[in-house]
Amino acid sequence: MTSARPAIELRSVSKRFGEIHAVDRLDLTVPTGVCFGLLGPNGAGKSTTMRMLTAQTLADEGSIEVLGFPLPRESKQARMAMGVVPQLDNLDVELTCRQILVVFARLYRVPRSERAAAVERALAIANLEPRADTIVRDLSGGMRRRLLVARGLIHSPQLVLLDEPTVGLDPQVRQELWSLIDTQRSQGVTILMSTHYIEEAERLADTVAVMSGGRIIAQGTPTELVRAHAGREVVEVYGSPDELAELEARATANGWRHRRSGPAVAVLGAEALNGEAPEGVRRPANLEDAFVALTGTEIE
Amino acid sequence: MNPPARSRERLGRLEPAALAGVMLRDVVLFRRYWKATTFSSVVQPTIYLLAFGLGFGSLVSRVGHVDYVQYVATGVVATAVLFSSAFPGMFNTFIRWQFQRTYDALLAAPVDVEELVTAEILWISIRSGVYGLAPLAVGMAFGLQFQFGMLLVVLIGFVTGFGFAAFGVLIAAVAKTIDNFNYVTSAVLTPMFLVAGTFFPISTLPTGLRTVAKFNPLYHCVALVRDVSLNTMGREDLLHAAVLIGFALVMWRLAIWQLEKRLIN
Repeated sequence: MTSARPAIELRSVSKRFGEIHAVDRLDLTVPTGVCFGLLGPNGAGKSTTMRMLTAQTLADEGSIEVLGFPLPRESKQARMAMGVVPQLDNLDVELTCRQILVVFARLYRVPRSERAAAVERALAIANLEPRADTIVRDLSGGMRRRLLVARGLIHSPQLVLLDEPTVGLDPQVRQELWSLIDTQRSQGVTILMSTHYIEEAERLADTVAVMSGGRIIAQGTPTELVRAHAGREVVEVYGSPDELAELEARATANGWRHRRSGPAVAVLGAEALNGEAPEGVRRPANLEDAFVALTGTEIE
Repeated sequence: MNPPARSRERLGRLEPAALAGVMLRDVVLFRRYWKATTFSSVVQPTIYLLAFGLGFGSLVSRVGHVDYVQYVATGVVATAVLFSSAFPGMFNTFIRWQFQRTYDALLAAPVDVEELVTAEILWISIRSGVYGLAPLAVGMAFGLQFQFGMLLVVLIGFVTGFGFAAFGVLIAAVAKTIDNFNYVTSAVLTPMFLVAGTFFPISTLPTGLRTVAKFNPLYHCVALVRDVSLNTMGREDLLHAAVLIGFALVMWRLAIWQLEKRLIN
């Protein structure tokens, strides 16, 4: 495999469901060996994009290549070399962890002589050895999610698709999963992760693409995105609703980038306002500022 | 990780590795519930044999040259095959696809809809073939004579089960909700299993209905099972076999076609 070839390449891909343009002339290139975050609000087209990469959803237009295989024609070859961790739990609740991994080792054509070792390795990655023979029904939500990851890694894939890997998990379990994902990245596995958690993208992704309305509207490292769309510093101004409304009007008149941030108005790029910035709490700009500036949506 | 040379290889359709993977899942699951399945496939024909063979048999002692208990025992093979294939075809498919999302998981792996459907049907029909023997075993307790031809029942049950399992998958693919199965069960499967020469010969039916019955695949299954089990094989059995194979092939392709339309969007 040459490192020049991207792991995933979408060119002008569109997908409509009736009237809805789920994905709209999407261009996306995921280089080999990076953790790529697809960040966007619900309904941005992330899950549709993910499903198109396994050919479970077929694009109406455009071309898709995964690991050099054109889709959907050679999607099976592509699926052979990639692992998929779905957003919705689709584990067999009546099977044990080990049984599930054995079945998927078989489905991914892991050679017979390597199968047992692959299962043990996957159990170890997900820290599920003590629960190997527990029926899925009896596992906690966090364990089930780890098992989903283990299942996606059973064949040591070159590429892993993670669709909202920590949605609905409590903070502690989320941390566990993050370190699990980070370990894979450090071992050179290419990761495409969709998320609507900004912190998740910020922590894990080398490159973040912000998706909205079925297209990518900005892309870069988290730091680049923050610099480009929210500047270096943000001033958060608290006050009465009238005061905030007045500040918003002033910000608009002066052409300051700003947004509502809970009970405050945040003025972005405060360092560049030549001392005209309003009084308030100064803090470094973050990805959330950039995200809201880009999409106009406030999310979690 | 696949070496590039191997991953560049074109993967074919209906790969044995994919079929085996999907079926392995079924086998592992079966190890959990085989007792219940086996219990019902032995008890059900026993009940039919008792009810019809002994109850009804006291009124009717023979059908043609055949002792009524033998007639029913061989007929019940077909109902056993029908129920052990059409119902799993409908319910397993619908539940795994809609409620458990198992099919989503399998299709994200290197498995195509064609392989998925084929493997599921194959597994159901292997089971049907084997369980088709249960009524004969029960029948022997009621005086049915063993014939070597009876071993062919596994094959007949397999082919018939393949067709009806595929029929079940097809129904699951076009059903909007799981309640829709009630229409199929009462309006299609029940008359099908009665008007097949299972408990009474279709020659007793009015001409119109008799013609309809001949389009019932189960009728051909019953006739074939009876002929091999009672050692009364003849040339018309080739026709029966051909109908069953044709039914299986048509249903198989229809099931794949319809489920693919629903699974891949």
